[in-house]
Amino acid sequence: MSEAVSHDSHHDDHGPAKGLTRWLFTTNHKDIGTLYLIFSLIMFFTGGAMALIIRAELFQPGLQFVDPHFFNQLTTMHALLMVFGAVMPAFVGLANWLLPMMIGAPDMALPRMNNWSFWILPFAFAMLISTLFMQGGGPAGGWTLYPPLVLQTGDAFPFMIFAIHLMGISSIMGSINVIVTILNMRAPGMTLLKMPLFVWTWLITAYLLLAVMPVLAGAVTMLLTDKYFGTSFFLGAGGGDPVLFQHIFWFFGHPEVYIMILPAFGVVSQIIPTFARKPLFGYEAMVYATATIAFLSFIVWAHHMFTSGMPIAGQMFFMFATMLIAIPTAVKVFNWTATMWRGEMTFETPMLFAVAFVILFTIGGFSGLMLAIVPADYQYHDTYFVVAHFHYVLVPGAVFSIMAATYYWLPKWTGKMYNETLGKTHFWLSMIGVNVLFFPQHFLGLAGMPRRIPDYAIQFADFNMVSSIGALIFGFSQLFFVWVIIDCVRNGKQATSQVWEGAEGLEWTLPSPAPYHSFETAPEIK
Amino acid sequence: MAHAANDSYYVPHGSHWPLVGSVGLFTMLAGAANWLNGSSIGVYMLAIGALTIIYMVFGWFGTVIRESEAGIYNDDVDISFRMGMMWFIFSEIMFFAVFFGVLFYARTISIPWLGGDSNNFFTNTLLWENFTAEWPTNGPGNMGGEFEPMPPWPLPTLNTIILLTSGATITAAHHAIKAGHRSLLTTFLGLTWVLGFIFMACQAYEYYEAYAHLNLTLSSGMYGATFFMLTGFHGLHVTIGAIILLVIWLRCLKGHFTPEHHFGFEAAAWYWHFVDVVWLGLYIFVYWL
Ligand code: HEM
Ligand SMILES: [Cu+2]
Repeated sequence: MSEAVSHDSHHDDHGPAKGLTRWLFTTNHKDIGTLYLIFSLIMFFTGGAMALIIRAELFQPGLQFVDPHFFNQLTTMHALLMVFGAVMPAFVGLANWLLPMMIGAPDMALPRMNNWSFWILPFAFAMLISTLFMQGGGPAGGWTLYPPLVLQTGDAFPFMIFAIHLMGISSIMGSINVIVTILNMRAPGMTLLKMPLFVWTWLITAYLLLAVMPVLAGAVTMLLTDKYFGTSFFLGAGGGDPVLFQHIFWFFGHPEVYIMILPAFGVVSQIIPTFARKPLFGYEAMVYATATIAFLSFIVWAHHMFTSGMPIAGQMFFMFATMLIAIPTAVKVFNWTATMWRGEMTFETPMLFAVAFVILFTIGGFSGLMLAIVPADYQYHDTYFVVAHFHYVLVPGAVFSIMAATYYWLPKWTGKMYNETLGKTHFWLSMIGVNVLFFPQHFLGLAGMPRRIPDYAIQFADFNMVSSIGALIFGFSQLFFVWVIIDCVRNGKQATSQVWEGAEGLEWTLPSPAPYHSFETAPEIK
Repeated sequence: MAHAANDSYYVPHGSHWPLVGSVGLFTMLAGAANWLNGSSIGVYMLAIGALTIIYMVFGWFGTVIRESEAGIYNDDVDISFRMGMMWFIFSEIMFFAVFFGVLFYARTISIPWLGGDSNNFFTNTLLWENFTAEWPTNGPGNMGGEFEPMPPWPLPTLNTIILLTSGATITAAHHAIKAGHRSLLTTFLGLTWVLGFIFMACQAYEYYEAYAHLNLTLSSGMYGATFFMLTGFHGLHVTIGAIILLVIWLRCLKGHFTPEHHFGFEAAAWYWHFVDVVWLGLYIFVYWL
């Protein structure tokens, strides 16, 4: 932590600090990226364990393992942990590792703040998870935090609110760093329309984050004042409205779901061209489609509230605006497919995950379109159909892309090749598990099974059992993932700098493992 | 802030300040939460956390100022700081946008609906029979009891004049720094932060008036909630802004900044203008209309 002012800022000679302080005080984008990714993995397993308890309880009708109040805490915490602890930090970790290497920069633009963005997270989640052990239990009103229900939370309430504030601070600083890095640190000649798509999607994601994280902060602040300081923002008697909270939450919430999928689009757009050995089809269209999706994501929020009460004109507007998103999304799916068309395809693990992403994400997109139809949503809303929808876009969508990215860039990060057989085993187990887990939930939802309940009517028994078996397969096959990574670091064969035959981009011009400071001198861009 | 001695992008070595900041934030917020839950240690934790954060701010910014004065930041670092500040202000705008949004929603949607507007005839007849939509209101439940709204005259108007003047003085200070007029610079900048604190004093007096004489409190329904939330968060930002200006002023007295390089000054000025513009929104929508 020497902050010698006079020291020369050329430090090719100098590598990481030794010991624990390397990780606590680091300002290096790769160290911080690693921290984010490991943190995300820990949250993934913590949230995953909660999900397995949920599925164990739902294995059969009746109450088996947990009492209903604890069940509600589990669903709430599972969602908060997965959204804010697993998926978002994983993408920030990837951004940290990859953005400087992809744009030819020495590091992120604001390295000290980068450290802070990460090191807030462990404190935030310690605070959030600790609520499970408090008087009255953890938050149990769902991750959407709707009042008045959420105001019944016990001692956990202010801790949950402040934990969300902390996550917001972390995200805002992380996004500022990403935007500034991309706009200011590109190597000479790297024009905006030469940037790899992962860089583009993150630029737009960071913009979305900056626009909506403060909105969430405002929303939860009002919950806090309603509970403790006598305000009536969400109280009809004072002229407020509980539905107002839903509007604000989803003004954050819908862009938030795109925050979790746009970087995934970026990852897949890097991987598919490599293994199809063809340049990405329609690069510019991809950029514009991403920007369009981001724009539209601000004007569709009320599709989460069709049943909350809204004038017909509002419902119509939000229905059609939502359906519009299908167009840029379809552009993307089309372009990925066209990239593969007549390519010389090989199916290494990253490609398997990427292809599965394209297919399974599209299923989630279709169920989203079904939900966007107002009269149909009256039936589907708050059923397992919604659960199936968002898990399809989030698990074989966002999470698969994170796994694809890990396999794809792991050789660049560690300098070692992972074991392809193990990787493929992980893929096939996950792929089968995830579908067995979530596909039957569509049927459950269409048949009317409500979400967020610990018990259900007898006619839902069979599909729930199938779903729980899928959960078991999917959950435990993630242990393979950890095994592959450890095995890669321990026993992997030395990787070349190119790693993948068809890979293009600046990161592949660096040796594997990539040097501690990425590009000390800016590379030439053709 | 002499021009960078060498022209490579400065990547600092490890720093312990962020971790100190995290510990501070955690302690402060955990303290606040304990306090809200009625635990007696809460306030102490809160105070310790806040002090830790102040310590962190001194240490962190101190390091940055020393590095900057030693000339190790090149133009690219300067641009990064500029962009970083602008995007931070963007996120702050979104934060205020929420509360303005709440105000507009209440006035154009939730309160008219409670009064039976749109298709809410039954809401009104069955739930709040005697309620007619109006503004200002503390809602059909008469939350917090009868109150009087805060009139735009005299204090808020005076405050508007004070803040607009401070916007002018900081612009004058900016011209002075660019022209190298150090004494003008310190005079105008000094005036700016003094005006900032005068504004806060008036605001504090206004709050006192509200609670003591108008029975206007946080619990006065939607009017009280939006009034105090908007003016309160704005006041918090004015206080922070004025403290930043004060620090920049002290730095000017110490001879920091040059006519070409004075990003610290400019960042403070941007922030001040942002706070200014938010106030204009408040003045129009909270006090006037
Ligand atoms: C074609 C694009 C999409 C459309 C048309 C769409 C539409 C919808 C609709 C209408 C709902 C509300 C259903 C209800 O509660 O009744 C919904 C819920 C949801 N969607 Fe999507 N969606 C799309 C893509 C995505 C993506 C890409 C993600 C995330 C990566 C996502 C995540 C979610 C989540 C998390 C919920 C449920 C939130 C909750 O109530 O807890 N969606 N979607
Ligand atoms: Cu949505």
